[in-house]
Amino acid sequence: MILAKVVGTVVATRKDERLVSNKLLVARPMDPRGKTDGSYLVAVDTVDAGIGETVLIVSGSSARMAAGMKDCPVDAAIVGIIDHIEVPEPAETAAAERGR
Amino acid sequence: MQLARVIGEVVATIKDANLSGIPLLVVQPIAASGEDTGRALVALDSIGAGVGEHVFFVRGREAAFPFYPAEPPADATVIGIVDHWTVG
Repeated sequence: MILAKVVGTVVATRKDERLVSNKLLVARPMDPRGKTDGSYLVAVDTVDAGIGETVLIVSGSSARMAAGMKDCPVDAAIVGIIDHIEVPEPAETAAAERGR
Repeated sequence: MQLARVIGEVVATIKDANLSGIPLLVVQPIAASGEDTGRALVALDSIGAGVGEHVFFVRGREAAFPFYPAEPPADATVIGIVDHWTVG
């Protein structure tokens, strides 16, 4: 799964009928420290996320396993809203390993 | 499968019902040399790995298999903790 920041919404009137009534959001993939890179992607929202939130996106054929997405033509689905990410600095990790 | 280092944990309260109870880890893929390679990602944990450990994980549809018969929407799952590795 990738971490991403929701930055916008997508409206499409004509689309595959299996996508009807699904919400589409624009998200920017980011690293665990919050830095986004240049790319954007469109993902189906299954957890009612909103703009500005950090979310968990499952991609590839696994996206069809998100709630309500069975047999839908999707390759990216938002399946979680992130409360927080704990990534100790490398020095802390090294200290934790020494402490074992 | 790919080698990685566990560098963090993710907490999400609102998530797909099939993901509840499964730990989420931030993993940084590494090369055989031990150097970081590529972008860090979030993987489900099926074996109880922790921050600082070297692990291997599976990508794609198969990432849901360790949780059978449950079918969480997973595209990456940590399936082993590496004790050591050698490259010939």
